[in-house]
Amino acid sequence: MSISEHVTISMKPVPTGPVTAKKDWTSDQEVRWCPGCGDYGILLAVQTLMPELEISPENTVFVSGIGCSSRFPYYMDTYGIHSIHGRAPAIATGIAVARPDLDVWVITGDGDALSIGGNHLIHALRRNVNLTILLFNNRIYGLTKGQYSPTSEVGKVTKSTPMGSIDQPFNPLSVALGAEATFVARTHDLDRKHMMETFRAAHAHRGASFVEIFQNCNVFNDDAFDPVTGRKNRLEMMIDLHHGEPIRFGDEGHAGVVMGTDGRLQIVEVADVGVDALLIHDAHRDDSSLAFALARLSNEAAQATGSWAPTPFGVFRDVDRPDYGSMVAAQLAAAAAAKRTSKSEASTGRPENGRDDLRALLRSAGTWQVG
Amino acid sequence: MTDTVERKSPAESISRVVVRFAGDSGDGMQLTGDRFTSSSAIFGNDLSTLPDYPAEIRAPAGTVNGVSSFQVHISDHDITTPGDAPNVLIVMNPAALMADIGRLEQGGLLIVNRDSFVERDLTKVGYLTNPLEDGSLSNYRVVEVPMTSLTIQATVPLGVKNRDAERSKNFFALGMISWLFSRPREPTWEWIESKFRDELIRSANTAAFNAGYHFGETTELFDHAYQVESANMRAGEYTNISGNIALAWGLIAAGQLAELPVFLGSYPITPASDILHELSKNKHFGVRTVQAEDEIAAAGMALGAAFAGHLGITTTSGPGVALKSETISLAVSLELPMLLIDIQRGGPSTGLPTKTEAADLNIAMFGRHAEAPLPIVAAYSPSHCFHAAIEAARIALKYKTPVILLSDGYIANGSEPWLLPDVDTLPDIRVPFTTEFNHIAPDGSAEFWPYLRDAETLARPWAIPGTPGLMHRVGGLEKQDGSGDIDYTPENHERMVHLRAAKIAGIAKDIPQVTIVGDDDADICILGWGSTWAAIDAAVQRSRRRGMKVAWVHLTHLSPLPANLGEVLKRFPKVIVPELNLGQLCRIVRAEFLVDARPISKVQGLPFTAVELETALDNATGPGWATDFTMGASR
Repeated sequence: MSISEHVTISMKPVPTGPVTAKKDWTSDQEVRWCPGCGDYGILLAVQTLMPELEISPENTVFVSGIGCSSRFPYYMDTYGIHSIHGRAPAIATGIAVARPDLDVWVITGDGDALSIGGNHLIHALRRNVNLTILLFNNRIYGLTKGQYSPTSEVGKVTKSTPMGSIDQPFNPLSVALGAEATFVARTHDLDRKHMMETFRAAHAHRGASFVEIFQNCNVFNDDAFDPVTGRKNRLEMMIDLHHGEPIRFGDEGHAGVVMGTDGRLQIVEVADVGVDALLIHDAHRDDSSLAFALARLSNEAAQATGSWAPTPFGVFRDVDRPDYGSMVAAQLAAAAAAKRTSKSEASTGRPENGRDDLRALLRSAGTWQVG
Repeated sequence: MTDTVERKSPAESISRVVVRFAGDSGDGMQLTGDRFTSSSAIFGNDLSTLPDYPAEIRAPAGTVNGVSSFQVHISDHDITTPGDAPNVLIVMNPAALMADIGRLEQGGLLIVNRDSFVERDLTKVGYLTNPLEDGSLSNYRVVEVPMTSLTIQATVPLGVKNRDAERSKNFFALGMISWLFSRPREPTWEWIESKFRDELIRSANTAAFNAGYHFGETTELFDHAYQVESANMRAGEYTNISGNIALAWGLIAAGQLAELPVFLGSYPITPASDILHELSKNKHFGVRTVQAEDEIAAAGMALGAAFAGHLGITTTSGPGVALKSETISLAVSLELPMLLIDIQRGGPSTGLPTKTEAADLNIAMFGRHAEAPLPIVAAYSPSHCFHAAIEAARIALKYKTPVILLSDGYIANGSEPWLLPDVDTLPDIRVPFTTEFNHIAPDGSAEFWPYLRDAETLARPWAIPGTPGLMHRVGGLEKQDGSGDIDYTPENHERMVHLRAAKIAGIAKDIPQVTIVGDDDADICILGWGSTWAAIDAAVQRSRRRGMKVAWVHLTHLSPLPANLGEVLKRFPKVIVPELNLGQLCRIVRAEFLVDARPISKVQGLPFTAVELETALDNATGPGWATDFTMGASR
C-alpha cells in the first residue's frame, strides 16, 4: 500500500452535452479591446446566445481575419483561427466544406471583409457555404489607428484623408445581396436582445448567413451610428423589419414604407396613406429586389440630404438554397455509390483503407505486361 | 481490315528513334503524338515525351507563334530523355517547318504535308520561295505527301463535308507514321472507338488513319519501314504516365496511406490545372476539390481543411506561389500540415506559361516574410511525381508543417512508361490526432496545450474540431511556447523562431542521405535536382562510356538538404550544377558548404538535352574552369 495519497488526473476529456452555460463558451484569455468598445457588447451577446443554441463548443469554430474585431476567436472557448487580413471566409470555407458537421462562424470587420477580403466574402456568399458571418461595421480602421474604411462616408476626415474621403462607400448589405447571399440581416451593438435574435436566426439558416452589425469605435469614430441607434434617436430612426408584417416605425408606428409609383421605396406618414398601403416585409421571397431596395433605403436618403435617414434593421432576406458543403458531400457520396464502394466515409473522418481502389486507379489509363 | 499488300522489304530494325510532330495549334498534333506514344508504350518500347505548345489556345492559324509540337523518343533500351535532335520530323504546314526544321538532325527524315505549301501559307510566315523547291532542304531526306487532299479523298465518301474532312489529317499522319515504325494499329482503332461519340467523326478518323497507314505501305516514297523492338524492361505491369497524373494519383494515395480525406483548393493555372482535373474525377476516394475564387483563397481553403483534419493541398504554378505566400507563412506559424504544389513554368510574371523552367527554387526556399522555413521536395521524372507526392505528405503530416513540392512543365506534361508499384509496399504515413489532455495546470487540472511539442520531431499536437475538451485557438500572432497563448515577450519570440527552424532542420535526420552515381574518385561532381535528372542521366552515361570519370548526386529533398550533402560535395574539386534557372541551387550549396560549385544554366523554356550537359562536362574539365564562372550550356 502506498503511503502517499495520489490524485489521479484523467487525461481523457469528457464530451460537452447540449446543455452548456455562458462560462463554457468563455476562454481564459484577457479581453484586450479598448474600454468602451462596441465589441464587448457583441461578444457578450454571442457568449450569452451560445448555450441557447444547444450546440457544443467542441463542434464550433470561430474564424477571423485581421482587425480589432478579429481578436474575437481568442475569447471564445471553442476551436478558432485568427488568420490573415481578409482571408477568413476562404479559410472558413475550407473548414466548412471539409467538415459539414461543424458550426463555423466568421468574425470580420468593414476593412477586413469589404476591402482586402472583398473577393472572398462575395464568393463565400454566392457559394452559400454554411457559415455565419458577423461583420462588425465601425466605418473606420481601428487597429491601424484611424484611417478611413470602405464604409466611411464621403468627406470623412481621417489621418489618411486630411481633406476628406473622396471614395464612394460600400453598403455592406447591397454587396451581400448582389453576391447572391441567402441570408442578410442588420443589427447593432447597443441592443443585446436584438443582436441575439438576429444571430439566432442567422445561425438557424443553413448556408451562408451575413449579418452587418453597426459597431461603435469610441476611440477613432465615436458615435458614428448615434444618429440612428442612439437612445434618443432610435424610435424615429430605426425601422424594425418583421417577416409578414407591414413595415412601419416611429412613435406609435406613425411612419411606414410604401412602394412609390416610380418603383422606389418611400417613407410616408401612415395617417396619409392608410395601413393597407404599407409594404409587407417578405424575407423569404426568392427575388432579392425588395431586400435590396430596403438595404438602399437609408443610403438613397442619406445621399440626397447628406445626413442619416430612417434605417431598417432585422432580417432582410432569408431564403433556402442548398449549402455548398452539403452539395460537395452529396457529389462524393454519389461518386462513391457509382463506384460501388460500400465503405463510406464518416463525415468527420478518415476514409476506409482503399488499397484495392488504389490498385484500380493506377491501372485506369490502361496497362501492359512486360516479361 | 486485313493487310492485303505485301511489304516491299522487311522492316529495318533500329534501336531508337526520335519523332517530332509539328503543326498548327488546331491540327491536333498533341493528340497525334500522344496516340503514337501510347501504341509504342503498349508495344513495349521505353519512351519519353516532350509536348511543346503555345500559350494561346488558337494562335492565328498558320503562324510560327501558333505551332504546336510533340516530340517522342522511343527505344528498345532504357532511356530517360525525349531525345536531343529528332530523326524524323512531320510538319503539317510551312509555319511548322520554319519553327522546327532547325531541330531535325542532318540527314533526318522530313515528312511534309505538301498541300499546305502553297503561296498563301508560305507568305504568311515569310517564305519568299517554296522551301520544297528552292533546295534549302537538301540536307534532309524530304518526303512530300499531300496529306490534306488524301484525307479528304478518304473521308468525303463517308458523308463528311469537305470543310470538316481535312480535320482528320492528323490521323492520316498518325497512320503513316504508325506504318513507318511498325506500330500495331489495334490500340488506335480502339481508342478512336472509345473517344468519339459522333459516329461520322469516328469513321472519318478511322478512315484517315487507315488511309495513312496504307499510303505508307504502298507508296514508293518510303523504301521500307522501321522496327524499334520492345525494350528489355523489368518484368511487370506498366502504364504510360505523365507527371501531373502521377502527382494527382500520388496525392490520392497519400490520403489513403494517411487514412485522411484529401482536400484540394486550387485556381486554374497552366501547367498545373490537370492535377485539379484528375483529382476532381476521383471523388469516390473521398477527394474534395474546390475551384477557388483566386490563388489566395485556394491556399486558405487548404489550410482551413488542414485545421479541420484533412490532408490540405493547393496546386499552382509560379505566379500563384507568390499569391499564396502569406497563407503559407500563416501555415508555418500555425504549424499545420499542408502541401503547396508548384508546377514551375517560365517566368517572371506570366512568362512562358506552357514552357518549362525550374526557377522557383528561390521563392520556395525564401519567398515568405520573416523567418519561415519549410521543407521542399522536388520530383525528378513523370513517374517520380507519384512518390514525391507521398513523401511530401509524409513530411507535412509527421512534422505538422506546410511542404512545398516542386515539379515543372517538362515532367508534368511529359510521359514515360511506369512499372506500377506494389500498393502494399507504399509507406504507412498515418499520424494520430490528439484526443487527450497533454498538460497539468498549476491547479492540478488537466488541460490541452496546442504548442506542447513532441520531443523528437518538435511537431505540435494536431487536435481537430469535434474533439471534446481540446478546444483551442491558433493564430498568426506569436504564441507562447507550450500553451500557445499570445505572447509578445522578446525571449519567447526568439525561442519560437529557433524552434520553428530547428523543427525543419531536424527533418534532415528523417530523409535519405545522398548517394553518388558514377565514379567516387572523379574530379567532377554533377549536382542536380528536379527534372534535369533525365538529361544528366544520359550525359553521365555517355561521358563515362567515353572514359571520363564523373560523379552524380541528384537531390529530391532541397529543404532541409540531406545531412551528408556537404561532406559528399567537398570530396570533389569541381562541382557543376545544371539548372533551368541562373544558378539557384548552386548559390545555396556555395553558401551552405563553401564548395566551388558552378552553375550550368539554361532558360529557354526547354529542358536540357543530353548533348548540352555532355558538353558542359567537357568544358568543366577543360581550361575554361579557371576563367569562366558560369559554364553556361546554352552558349
